[in-house]
Amino acid sequence: MTITLTPRIPRTTRSRIGWAIRDTWVVTCRDVAHWRQQPGAVIASTLVFPVMIVLMFGYLLGGAITVPGGGNYRDFLMPGMFAMTMVFGVGATLSAVSADAARGVTDRFRSLPMAAPAVIAGRAAADMLNSAAALAVLTGCALAAGWQPHRGAPDALAALGLLLLLRFALLWIGVYLGLRFYANPEAVTAVRTLEFPVGFLGNPFVAVSTMPAWLGAIALWNPLSSTVTAARQLFGDPVGASSSWITSHANVMAIAWPLLLIAVFLPLSLHRYQRLNR
Amino acid sequence: MAASAVFCAGLRKRFGGTTALDGVGLTVPEGAVHGLLGPNGAGKTTVVRILATLLRPDSGHARVAGFDVARQAPQVRARIGLAGQHAAVDEILSGRQNLVMFGRLCHLPASTARRRADELLGQFALAGAGAKPVRTYSGGMRRRLDVAASLIVAPRVLFLDEPTTGLDPHGRNEVWRMIRALAAAGTTVLLTTQYLEEADQLADAITVIAAGRVIAEGTPDELKTLAGGDRIDVTLREASDLAPAARLLRARLGTDVRSGTGGRELSVPVTDRLAALTQIIGSLSEENITAEDITVRRPTLDDAFLHLTGQHPAGGAAAP
Repeated sequence: MTITLTPRIPRTTRSRIGWAIRDTWVVTCRDVAHWRQQPGAVIASTLVFPVMIVLMFGYLLGGAITVPGGGNYRDFLMPGMFAMTMVFGVGATLSAVSADAARGVTDRFRSLPMAAPAVIAGRAAADMLNSAAALAVLTGCALAAGWQPHRGAPDALAALGLLLLLRFALLWIGVYLGLRFYANPEAVTAVRTLEFPVGFLGNPFVAVSTMPAWLGAIALWNPLSSTVTAARQLFGDPVGASSSWITSHANVMAIAWPLLLIAVFLPLSLHRYQRLNR
Repeated sequence: MAASAVFCAGLRKRFGGTTALDGVGLTVPEGAVHGLLGPNGAGKTTVVRILATLLRPDSGHARVAGFDVARQAPQVRARIGLAGQHAAVDEILSGRQNLVMFGRLCHLPASTARRRADELLGQFALAGAGAKPVRTYSGGMRRRLDVAASLIVAPRVLFLDEPTTGLDPHGRNEVWRMIRALAAAGTTVLLTTQYLEEADQLADAITVIAAGRVIAEGTPDELKTLAGGDRIDVTLREASDLAPAARLLRARLGTDVRSGTGGRELSVPVTDRLAALTQIIGSLSEENITAEDITVRRPTLDDAFLHLTGQHPAGGAAAP
């Protein structure tokens, strides 16, 4: 050994918090470095699906779909597609968390003198950055395709905020499932294939009022639907006629649902992470 | 106990219904290379994970580099390096980016982390590949990078969990060379392996565990002595001669004769080597049994392992 280095161990609460923030940032930067290392793969994995959905539903199938209550179907679809991109993020989080845990990277982090919460916090920050970037690019694509928000910038930004809040809530489902099932690749794949049905069991693609009553009830109470409805209202896009309580309270529910998911899955994720030493 | 870099006693751990460790203890003096030897599923990895603060034992206690692994985990983590069975590095990042990231997570300043990364890349013959993504590396290169990542802070104690499993002979030799160099520089190394040759080549002392218990410990020579004295190995030309030859030698020499795994080998424990050799050659030629090869040898760790556990090491089982 040419140099002997002893890592600094923070002793005061203040320096512990400082190091935790710094460690989180280092873990976040790892993901940002992935972008630079392979920009093509990142673009493909986050953008190909949503763009495909818009082409498929907006142009191929859209002509046959009418929005109850009136309005352009592509305008109706765009907020749904934004929300679906947030849903697909669960798979990205899940895959990243389970791959790290399965391949021993998580164990290496845990054997380092770094702040323990930084491993998960860094993942969360990186995924939020990813999703914010994806949402920005998709919004750009939608604008280029002729879609536009009709109620001004503050409402449009509020809609994007609600979408990111949904993403932040779903993130913890991804972390929890990743830590729960990392030893079992089939389960990871199964969860990823469930993303689409979750979307179809909601209102991103078609109005809930067109579904059979029992299915419509499930779709209405799908947390995703509240965010989509709220985003449609804030963007001034067609909402699809519906008179149920949950639709008329979409703004509240688009905040309440994600908070509920966070309240359940964030503690579960941290609990799972702590249990890695069992 | 003052000079022990690793000390543990009475480690017990159950996973669900299975007992992984049933009271394991070991002591590694400062600067030694210690081999933890055992078949698959013996509990080697569980011991390492407990010592590296990754796993909490159900009972028992452990100190590493002078600190208690349960109560002083941060202090332990600041003084250990761990390289597991997987190359636990980011595949998309380059080798250098990985080392800088782990260095920063060891709280080195950015410039020190970069300098240390370059130093390690040079030391592990990875300088040329440092800028390439890890997924383009060979198995041996990955393993070297993984070990390099465990050495960022020049640890007092290095844990290597099956460092050569899955490597080709060339890669294995590279890793062996590296472990010898680290040991020469004073790092305490705890190495798990299911290969006796590896323990024999590298370790100053060995703990043999099976089914979660320590069944023997000592220097490689002491363990070999446990297996008895010298042996004579006979390789026959015809496999059909194996049973008659075994009967013959058992009768003439009055000792236990063991058949080898190849179908044509016999192994005989002996005390007076030359007398026994003469007798074996004479007996076989009397009965017109042709031997292709006869060797006199000291017992190997293989013999010791067989003697201790009643089973061949690594018994043909797939590597994990």
